[in-house]
Amino acid sequence: MAEFLSLNEAVSENLKEGDTVCFEGFTHLIPHASAHEVIRQKIGNLTIIRMTPDVIYDQLIGMGLVKKMIFSYAGNPGVGLLRRFRDSVEKGWPNKIEIEEHSHSAMAHAYEAGAAGLPCAVFRGYLGAELREVNPNIKTVICPFTGEELTAIPSLKPDVAFIHAQKADKKGNILIEGILGVQKEAVLASKRSIVTVEEIVENLNSHPNATVLPDWTVSSICHVPGGAHPSYARGYYKRDNASYIEWDKIASDRDGFKNWMKENVLDVGVEVFQNRIKNLIENDNE
Amino acid sequence: MNSDYSSDEMMTIAASRALTNKDVCFVGIGAPSAACNIARLTHAPDITLIYESGTIGTAPNILPLSIGDGELCETAISTVPVPEMFRYWLQGGRITIGFLGAAQLDKFGNINTTIIGDYKNPKTRLPGGGGAPEIASSAKQIYITMKQSLRGMVEEIDFFTSFGHGDGSDHRKSLNINTDGPSLLITDLAIWKPDPISKEFTVYSIHEGVTKQMVQDNCGWQIKFFENLEVTKSPTELELKTLRDLKERTQRANSRKEDN
Repeated sequence: MAEFLSLNEAVSENLKEGDTVCFEGFTHLIPHASAHEVIRQKIGNLTIIRMTPDVIYDQLIGMGLVKKMIFSYAGNPGVGLLRRFRDSVEKGWPNKIEIEEHSHSAMAHAYEAGAAGLPCAVFRGYLGAELREVNPNIKTVICPFTGEELTAIPSLKPDVAFIHAQKADKKGNILIEGILGVQKEAVLASKRSIVTVEEIVENLNSHPNATVLPDWTVSSICHVPGGAHPSYARGYYKRDNASYIEWDKIASDRDGFKNWMKENVLDVGVEVFQNRIKNLIENDNE
Repeated sequence: MNSDYSSDEMMTIAASRALTNKDVCFVGIGAPSAACNIARLTHAPDITLIYESGTIGTAPNILPLSIGDGELCETAISTVPVPEMFRYWLQGGRITIGFLGAAQLDKFGNINTTIIGDYKNPKTRLPGGGGAPEIASSAKQIYITMKQSLRGMVEEIDFFTSFGHGDGSDHRKSLNINTDGPSLLITDLAIWKPDPISKEFTVYSIHEGVTKQMVQDNCGWQIKFFENLEVTKSPTELELKTLRDLKERTQRANSRKEDN
């Protein structure tokens, strides 16, 4: 049964040093506020999973909280490379993280297999691709019916999943709309889950096929308006593309990065997020 | 002839011309996305554009910065979860064209977007494959677009992120890959198609005002040209205006909105 908690409480109750954790959101609904809370609480030695480990994972890595990363596209989408991630992999600053690299298709299948309670995902993947040679978790199985050689990878079963959603009702049922990514799968694959929401409402008023996570699938719910910024929440605020472009510069040197993190993450609280979306509210035409 | 355009614009427009109303196109971000949307806004209004964020049949009014911008979802016929996108729509064989970019490309259309140098100790760590490894094997055909350079078009790529024609000829078939693979390459200087036997990318058409020597000078392998080499027509007024308007709308949308 989901508990309504402050983000500070939800993080300290659910996430432990050394855990395997995913923060999901495919461009849309990325749980930035949650990642910042983890950084403030300095919960380290983490194995972090994310299909597109963009800005938040650049931040977790740069702050030295990461032991290993499982991922499929380590870029700042549409902008370029991830500078803190590169500094770790290329120069070992602040530590050299271990990486387990996949394709998007593989990660999506592995979350789905985790949610389905299966030990592995089977799909037609990595044909001719060199990741097979460098990632020992990419193996093959033979289809017992056709003899076709298929690809198998372990399912993803994180200790904790963080996601951001539009709404929770008073009971704790969660509604997600728009680009759905792998969030439903990530929550159902994880032992514990924390959902930040834009709004808590009396009734979700959703249609029968809406993507709803029932309250009993979620551990903690936190009301964090703006909690996805600079990602976006459909129906609430737009993606802050300018911030993504600016991140490239902020993350380009170690000192600049550290100063930015101190000023914008360590020395502030979760309440800053609602101010960051003021100029991005949807239907606000200039 | 209209000479008042950049080679980048020529590349995007030449790429857009390769697309038709019948195509179901899995769109990579960057240059492929621009080309696909110019096609949609000019000669191929019924083309189906699919982005890996799950947006099917999308018609963005501005170019998305990422593959999951809100604009894609708002203008799509349907938005499906990401596992479904890769499982049913891509792996299920519904995509006719996968449109990819590349950091490094070899003559057989193999693509590297993973690392420069050694995988364990890379000189430059690039983002990696994302959706591309399975797009490369599951889409019926692959179109590639990139700017030519000696660093980008190389004899040997550092990492096989996405498999093209491997070592050429029937290498794909020998790995049980039953799709066509790379069938078109559009650069800022030329249009290339694979040789029917060897599968080596061979120059098919040179953009107006470009010489054979310029194409060779910006490519790291010894180029072959088809016998009846064509000339790519320069952009029309409509194509240029459509592209520039799209870019202008996009830039306006991505600039920082200040407090009033």
